[in-house]
Amino acid sequence: MTIRKKNLKSPEELPKCTTGIRGLDEITDGGLPKGRPTLICGSAGCGKTLMAMEFLVRGAAQFNEPGVFMSFEESSDELAQNVASLGFDLNELIASKKMYIDQVRIERSEIEETGEYDLEGLFIRLNYAIDSIGANRVVLDTIESLFGGLANEGVLRAELRRLFRWLKEKGVTAIITGERGEKMLTRHGLEEYVSDCVILLDNRVEGQISTRRLRIVKYRGSSHGTNEYPFLIDEKGISVLPITSIGLQHGVSTERISTGIPRLDTMMGGEGYYRGSSVLISGTAGTGKSSIAANFANAACSRGERCLYFAFEEAPSQITRNMRSIGIDLEPWIEQGLLDIYAVRPSIYGLEMHLVKMYKMVTEFKPEVVIIDPVTNLIAIGSDTEVKSMLARLIDFLKANQITALFTNLSHGGSLEMTEFGISSLMDTWLLLRDIEIGGERNRGLYILKSRGMAHSNQIREFLLTDKGIDLIDVYLGPGGVLTGAARSAQEAQEKASDLMRKEEIERKKRELERKRAALEAQITAMRSEFESAEEEVAKLTQQEEMQEKVLAGDRTEMMRLRRGDDMRTRK
Amino acid sequence: MNENEIKDVTEEFEQSLQKDGNEKYVLRLYITGITPKSTQAIHNIRKICEENLKGRYELEVIDIYQQPVLAKDEQIIAAPTLIKKLPLPLRRLIGDMSDKERILVGLDLRSKS
Repeated sequence: MTIRKKNLKSPEELPKCTTGIRGLDEITDGGLPKGRPTLICGSAGCGKTLMAMEFLVRGAAQFNEPGVFMSFEESSDELAQNVASLGFDLNELIASKKMYIDQVRIERSEIEETGEYDLEGLFIRLNYAIDSIGANRVVLDTIESLFGGLANEGVLRAELRRLFRWLKEKGVTAIITGERGEKMLTRHGLEEYVSDCVILLDNRVEGQISTRRLRIVKYRGSSHGTNEYPFLIDEKGISVLPITSIGLQHGVSTERISTGIPRLDTMMGGEGYYRGSSVLISGTAGTGKSSIAANFANAACSRGERCLYFAFEEAPSQITRNMRSIGIDLEPWIEQGLLDIYAVRPSIYGLEMHLVKMYKMVTEFKPEVVIIDPVTNLIAIGSDTEVKSMLARLIDFLKANQITALFTNLSHGGSLEMTEFGISSLMDTWLLLRDIEIGGERNRGLYILKSRGMAHSNQIREFLLTDKGIDLIDVYLGPGGVLTGAARSAQEAQEKASDLMRKEEIERKKRELERKRAALEAQITAMRSEFESAEEEVAKLTQQEEMQEKVLAGDRTEMMRLRRGDDMRTRK
Repeated sequence: MNENEIKDVTEEFEQSLQKDGNEKYVLRLYITGITPKSTQAIHNIRKICEENLKGRYELEVIDIYQQPVLAKDEQIIAAPTLIKKLPLPLRRLIGDMSDKERILVGLDLRSKS
């Protein structure tokens, strides 16, 4: 189920008291009901007291809401020690009047009931505690101990009812813890009195792996997540993982990021993966899945982005050593704090716990890129439905945070185009690495099986791991299928030879043509010179003719002058 | 174990009670204001003390509304509560002190029968 968006909250909706416990505020849609009691129940050792204590301590330290812890079991010192392990100084909070601890001791052997009584003493103590520090939060842990100390159940029940009513009137947000009962939620049916909000904690062991889970059984007047949510107790307290609460409404990015392998970028429209997409690399053992993952990590860190690498097979030092052999040095990124390799054996905790852990690490490290290598090892520790829902939640979570996730998937024989539990449908981009066996050798082939929302190459590329890094090479299509490795080299040589021959032929033709041109030109020159000489002759003749005419004209004038012709005078 | 032996043990116990019979009793009665239960308790315990511990008891009545800190210090939950501080062992008697038998047992004035 999805939790309603905060902005839909109507003003008359229940006021909430922020717990400060990671995740709990999300699944309760803002916190516990303010000014009302909440029942936290669960069997021994499931974290009731810690959750209640964290509620108080965070309230006191972070929200300036002082709190009263009324303990029926542990002493003040024990509590202080427990809280110290979460990094809070309880004694200091007590000294600064932000916390008040009252340990209620009930010794059955000391008590003799001699008539009618009520629990006014408890009320007075609580009232005094609340008023002395102006508390907003109260924890009663575990009030059911009263049933062990006092025999008159009728009085107790009436008084408890009065107590919870009184707490409401007092306006404090209270947590009441209760031990899990056989048939009821609590051993003495406290849920009957605390009806506003009931949270059930559980610690189940499945396949020798224990997982803590939390469920909101009821939350009157508020929407809330109804599923069981795994939670984690670690050095920073409780974190609940509200993974199922994430819908598919995440924004998408059109930004593309490099895969770290130029040729692979080219295959995917020249730009690489979409930011915030999920990428699956599947292949059989030794096909280079981790190398592609490492390349991607390397590329991300080179861009100055942060990368979180979950390694479920190799130790960090082994990864860095191995990657150095293909020319990728991850060490500097680790030193700069851009890369964090988190290596853990999958069987160390349950599936949910892994998810919680990953969720937590991602929220803390805030990476742009997450690598899970290999996701198949996680799959081995859970049942089908669990695995699928877990991965869906993980992917949704990463997508919602615009984190690009790369998963490697180890295929075990069978059809390569299948993943265990159908995780491929959750992936946006799926690269398949496969062995191609030709001519007595195995080579690696890579192709893009799918890549949502981008044009991508449909060709197989040969995938080479060299000491300078990953290289993708075109494969040759021969009569027997694709050619890789030595067969490709042979084909390459053959093609080179025929290429050479073709080139020589062209050269020869070119030379011939040149010769022809030379001959033609010589001919043209000869003809031109012939023409020129003819032209010259004509010019000469014309000149002679002119000369003759001149001479002739000169002669005529001379003769006339000699004849003393009178027409000469008139003419002149 | 035969009947004689049991009788011996009981006698021994009775004797030991007799021996400590003049010990001083320090009693504190914690009440919550003037409620019927409070007044009832005060009345009842005074009567019992006068009858059984005359001259060798010290009874103090404390209203925890007036001194709420004491409620924490003395580990008071129920009201009214009578705490037998001395002689040891410490014992808490809760209620309006109407069950005389139980009070006498609680004050070690009578063994549990």
